[in-house]
Amino acid sequence: MAIQFTLNGEARSVDVDPQMPLLWVLRDTLNLTGTKFGCGMALCGACTVHIEGEATRSCVTPVSEVAGKSVTTIEGLSADVSHPVQKAWIELDVPQCGYCQSGQIMSAAALLSKKPRPTDAEIDDAMSGNICRCGTYQRIREAIQRAAQMHAVPARQKASPEKKAKKPGGTAAMMPYEPAPAGGAE
Amino acid sequence: MSSATMKVDRREFLQSAAAGATGLVIGFYLPSRIEARAAAAEAVTFAPNAWVRIGTDDTVTLVIDKSEMGQGVVTSLSMLIAEDLECDWKKIRTVFAPAAKEYANPVFGIQGTGGSTSVRGMWTPLRKAGAQAREMLIAAAAEKWSVDKAVCRAENSQVIHTQTKERLSYGSLAEAAGKLPVPSDVKLKDPKQFRIVGKSMKRLDSADKTCGRTEFGIDVRQPGMLHAVVARCPVIGGKVASFNADKAKAVRGVKHAIQISSGVAVVADNTWSAMQGRNALEIKWEEGPNASLTSAAIRKMLEEGASKPDAAVARKEGDVTAGFRSAAKKIEAVYEAPFLAHATMEPMNCVAHVRADGCDVWAPTQFQGVNQMTAAKIAGLKPEQVNIHTTYLGGGFGRRAEQDFVVEAVEISKAAGAPVQVTWSREDDMQHDFYRPASYSRFEAGLDAEGWPVAWSNRIACPSIMSRFFPGSVKDGLDESSVEGAADLPYAIPNILVDYQLTETGIPVGFWRSVGHSQNAFFSECFLDELAAASGKDPYEFRRRLLQKAPRHLGVLELAATKAGWGEALPAGRYRGIAVLSSFGSYVAEVAEVSVDKKSGEVRVHRVVCAVDCGRTVNPLTIEAQMQSGIVFGLTAALKGAITINKGRVEQGNFDDYQMLRMAEMPKIEVHIVPSDQPSSGIGEPGTPPIAPAVCNAIFAATKKRVRQLPIRPEELA
Repeated sequence: MAIQFTLNGEARSVDVDPQMPLLWVLRDTLNLTGTKFGCGMALCGACTVHIEGEATRSCVTPVSEVAGKSVTTIEGLSADVSHPVQKAWIELDVPQCGYCQSGQIMSAAALLSKKPRPTDAEIDDAMSGNICRCGTYQRIREAIQRAAQMHAVPARQKASPEKKAKKPGGTAAMMPYEPAPAGGAE
Repeated sequence: MSSATMKVDRREFLQSAAAGATGLVIGFYLPSRIEARAAAAEAVTFAPNAWVRIGTDDTVTLVIDKSEMGQGVVTSLSMLIAEDLECDWKKIRTVFAPAAKEYANPVFGIQGTGGSTSVRGMWTPLRKAGAQAREMLIAAAAEKWSVDKAVCRAENSQVIHTQTKERLSYGSLAEAAGKLPVPSDVKLKDPKQFRIVGKSMKRLDSADKTCGRTEFGIDVRQPGMLHAVVARCPVIGGKVASFNADKAKAVRGVKHAIQISSGVAVVADNTWSAMQGRNALEIKWEEGPNASLTSAAIRKMLEEGASKPDAAVARKEGDVTAGFRSAAKKIEAVYEAPFLAHATMEPMNCVAHVRADGCDVWAPTQFQGVNQMTAAKIAGLKPEQVNIHTTYLGGGFGRRAEQDFVVEAVEISKAAGAPVQVTWSREDDMQHDFYRPASYSRFEAGLDAEGWPVAWSNRIACPSIMSRFFPGSVKDGLDESSVEGAADLPYAIPNILVDYQLTETGIPVGFWRSVGHSQNAFFSECFLDELAAASGKDPYEFRRRLLQKAPRHLGVLELAATKAGWGEALPAGRYRGIAVLSSFGSYVAEVAEVSVDKKSGEVRVHRVVCAVDCGRTVNPLTIEAQMQSGIVFGLTAALKGAITINKGRVEQGNFDDYQMLRMAEMPKIEVHIVPSDQPSSGIGEPGTPPIAPAVCNAIFAATKKRVRQLPIRPEELA
């Protein structure tokens, strides 16, 4: 039986084994390869996506669990690499091999949506489920702080009606900075 | 790859590759045609050499002939070309080179990436390639303007008439330049005029890597492609005796179960179904000679190797026996390091499509030259019929210099008659690796009455990487990669003997970031620290005095110590340790600030100050990143890394029992670069070796306990 969910703002339907982890549905069935396979046991964070805004390890999430829900992957975080986390990542030259970075960015975006000005301890806590074998942690930490600063500016501008008018809506489902329900990162 | 690799000439490599475990036939072929021409944009009309493509639309496409595994070669090699090409940096695009003769690594003689050779090997060829193109574009402009070339200069993808200030874009000159003879002798820019090389340039691949667009090997999708996983014998070296695939084939999506050289492949229409199918396989294994092998038995083999009366001499200076006779004090110690897995974040994988008339291989590989020969042999084709498409690599660290993942994909595609992607699970990757060798190092040293060393004797026993990879390079029992970082001890000690007992254990070993230096730096730099402590001297001052004739070692040592505030007070409970090593042509010193929990023995590394001398800098931003990366890699191993063996099986399988350093454990790392006009040297690996000894020496300062076995065990420090 087909499973329906919203993926990056679009309605999708897949006819697969309901036990198949979302990761493999994304990668093999839907050819969205930005979400990575690293461990298959929710130990490394490379497969992190947002389900209803929550950072979730897609490698241990059966696709049946996302039926009727909204899923955002790295491809849907922004249309043009314009999310503050992505901009900060580029500005601070974070990626090395880059393989873990989709997951790092999705974890960081979820963190900032809940805690727009995280402390270093909060960053460590939220990001410690994501392994980077290249050791980019120092620049990730700096980039999250930088993204928080960038976000602080548009947050103030948001109140200004003229700024709002310049940026028509339509991507709200992809924007991670909507107030999110309380709860853990996973 | 190790420094020793570089001493292997091409002929010897070819012979050894043919004879070695890579299983290659004699007869080596590299296609002469420049396939990259086809790979570049359609608008290309000017391709003066293997690396530069300029289109009439002003696009500049640079061909990157090294594998990008995070170390930044897409950016740094582009910088080398762009500097002399005088092109617009913002308009550069890059493609990875196919396997072809033009792209042989000048250090190895065959196409591949390793040994921190990319910048040092390509410095001159790429600058020449850029200059060649520039000169031809200038000549084309001079012809158009009917002036002497001397009146023209190039800047930002334009040729400028210096008198009239007229400008012609590279795109508009491409067609005319393509008709001109390629100059063989071109003038390279004076380093004083560098606009790009030596500047902090942001990576060219960041944007793609932050939006999931970068194509790694595991992301390759081909029409009609099937997905495979392989069941391999859990005992290293074991084979399939028999198998029944009935239940596997009943799994939804499973298409085939095929016996291949490494085990049984299950082929399905998606990766997860293939994994489910593999779980349902019934296989009887022939476990082979390692069936009862344990880590304890391996340790005994190494200990016995280190105790044999004779060994291959790696370095002999003076007379250690006489040195010991004259010594006032004798110090002895034994150090040990475990097997380590590479654990690249992207597990091993490869896509192959074998057809009757050709074969395509898409691989995150470090060794295209050998991949092509390997695939051709299996596919029953000529090497020139095999196209190697290099993708981005989700980490390499030496693991992707191996052939096994390519062998599997080609074997399965050939049998399945379709394009096939083989994907390794994390457990496959960790349990079927070519491990950093476990090593055993026995030291004896003699100190004179003032506490200065007069004799240094070091026996190393460990398995050999080179005897499998480049057997011809192992002469009289000496694998130089096993003793690098030990035989090249830089300290002024009059009597030195370093020797080696090649000791095979049954566990396959391979190149692991910084290779022999990774363990030997820990051994030598910790034992040297023991001598400083035995003589009652400060470990920094002790090294300084012994490095008076090693100026580049001394330079980084003093810089790191100064920046770290060596000798100055630290917050309560924090202690410093220092280490210095030269590897891959570069010099690195690191000072670690560490605290050790008195109750639990848990070690926390708070700060690392790193000084590096890598000759002339190409991209300081990359150097900083690679030092951070190398330190995290070495620190992870020092604090956590051990692959252990029981009944011939690797006991670790995933990141729960083979742990990685995580964000919360990340020390603050400061990188200081020594200004230099020496030739550029390696940067991908040299950050790794000094961190384990720097941390262990700090642990000694904190606890007066010597860590002589890695990984560090908190229970022994409590």
